Amino acid sequence: MPKTFWEWIPFLWKSYWPLLLKGAWTSLYLSFLGTSIGFIVGLLVAIVRTIPDPPKTKKVRYWVLKVVKAFLVAYIEVFRGTPLMVQAMVIYYGLMKFASLRLPLIVASMVIVGSNTGAYMAEIMRSGIISVDKGQTEAAVSLGMTHWQTMSSVILPQAIRNVLPSVGNEFVVNVKDTSVLNVIAVSELYFVGKSASGTYLKYFEVYTIVAVMYLIMTSTLSRILKHIEKKMDGPSEYEVLKEEEDENDG
Amino acid sequence: MADPIIRVEHLSKKFGTNEVLKDINFSVQPGEVISIIGVSGTGKSTLLRCINLLEQPTSGNIYYHGTDILSGHFDLAHYRAKVGMVFQSFNLFNNLTVLENCVVPQMKVLKRSREEAEKIAKDYLRKVGMVQYRNAKPSQISGGQKQRAAIARALSMDPEAILFDEPTSALDPELIGEVLDVMKNLAASGLTMLVVTHEMNFARDISNRVIFMESGEVVEDDTPEVIFGNPKVPRTREFLNRMLPKEE
Ligand SMILES: Nc1ncnc2c1ncn2[C@@H]1O[C@H](COP(=O)(O)OP(=O)(O)O)[C@@H](O)[C@H]1O
Ligand SMILES: [Mg+2]
Repeated sequence: MPKTFWEWIPFLWKSYWPLLLKGAWTSLYLSFLGTSIGFIVGLLVAIVRTIPDPPKTKKVRYWVLKVVKAFLVAYIEVFRGTPLMVQAMVIYYGLMKFASLRLPLIVASMVIVGSNTGAYMAEIMRSGIISVDKGQTEAAVSLGMTHWQTMSSVILPQAIRNVLPSVGNEFVVNVKDTSVLNVIAVSELYFVGKSASGTYLKYFEVYTIVAVMYLIMTSTLSRILKHIEKKMDGPSEYEVLKEEEDENDG
Repeated sequence: MADPIIRVEHLSKKFGTNEVLKDINFSVQPGEVISIIGVSGTGKSTLLRCINLLEQPTSGNIYYHGTDILSGHFDLAHYRAKVGMVFQSFNLFNNLTVLENCVVPQMKVLKRSREEAEKIAKDYLRKVGMVQYRNAKPSQISGGQKQRAAIARALSMDPEAILFDEPTSALDPELIGEVLDVMKNLAASGLTMLVVTHEMNFARDISNRVIFMESGEVVEDDTPEVIFGNPKVPRTREFLNRMLPKEE
């Protein structure tokens, strides 16, 4: 049996590495899918919330939009105002109780993480949309573009680019926060750590390994996201073309 | 008189209780180049923005070829495509290249094919001397280049008239000339233009009509010869005396 901390670490790693790596992978893809779903949810919520109020004369449209917007505000408040762990319990056992729906753990996790991230993303996106210069909208409108054309061609691409660092940040946060899914027995990295530490009762050693694994994931991810951001800005230089190149440029 | 492109009747605009435009009346005939002059805060921008319906007029009427644009059934998108606007702050779409700035609105609003839109865009970019910079993003070019691209974007919609709101006011002095040259050429080519400007030389030499505004009212509306040579209203003369360098 190993005696010191430095002997235990390699020993535990050797015994549990396939399990730990599998847990890490689960954490990673759960947070990736959860963040992606949250991104789409947040984008849709923000798009609806920034629809300008129709004139009061169009009663039906006016009130439908008002009710929908109020509902979305409530959604954001609930999910930002309660802990993710509590949301996990309420959603998972709530679905089971009232819809007698026993969702596969992975699907349940998606619903939980997606809803939670969606609420945060909605606010991030909304600030991104609002931060785009008003002149951009005015120019589009003055050219005859509709609200949706303006949003899809001009405003959203700029808004999304502006909030990309925050979106990446949500992803990194989710890699860590999916650890709370252990309360519904999803075998992500933290949960695996719990089982691994039980056998030899080596909590400090196992969780040190788990911590290092989380750190490697989050720091690598941050770096990759920075790189993607840079790529998305396109070339920092452009070529001054000759007029004759008209026909053969892309 | 020919059928005016735009006719403004008893136009008034209030922001809260602040009446910024008071009973404005004038019309724009095809081919006219009209300069609108006057001190800041007089309502010149608000007037252009009302004509393009970026602001909703409080009362009065605006007619486009005799049709009331404020009536609910009017095809606003078509009207806005046909009456272009060039802004003081350029407002090129920051996420698109110079070429795409000119192409996307044509495709979305006029439903042109990409090939057709690109061809038209390049023609107008060439006209304003920006075709070589078509792959640049707005953040990569100078103010004068941005404004020339913005003019090409407006032209790409084949407008009947373009409204210019102080197109050179945000430019460094050495860049004003290149934009004014483009506008001079457009005026010479017969484009109908309504230009809010502080460039008195442009108003006097290029336009064929000058409107002097003060405190939300049209004070005088006449040829540049009259406005600059022998204005009928003393307030016009006072304004021009302040704006123009003393002649020796
Ligand atoms: N959105 C707005 N809300 C309230 N007041 C406005 C708004 N836009 C312009 N104004 C006011 O209207 C007046 C005329 O403004 P503007 O049309 O920009 O003048 P100009 O273009 O001649 O400098 C100013 O007093 C300005 O403060
Ligand atoms: Mg102005």
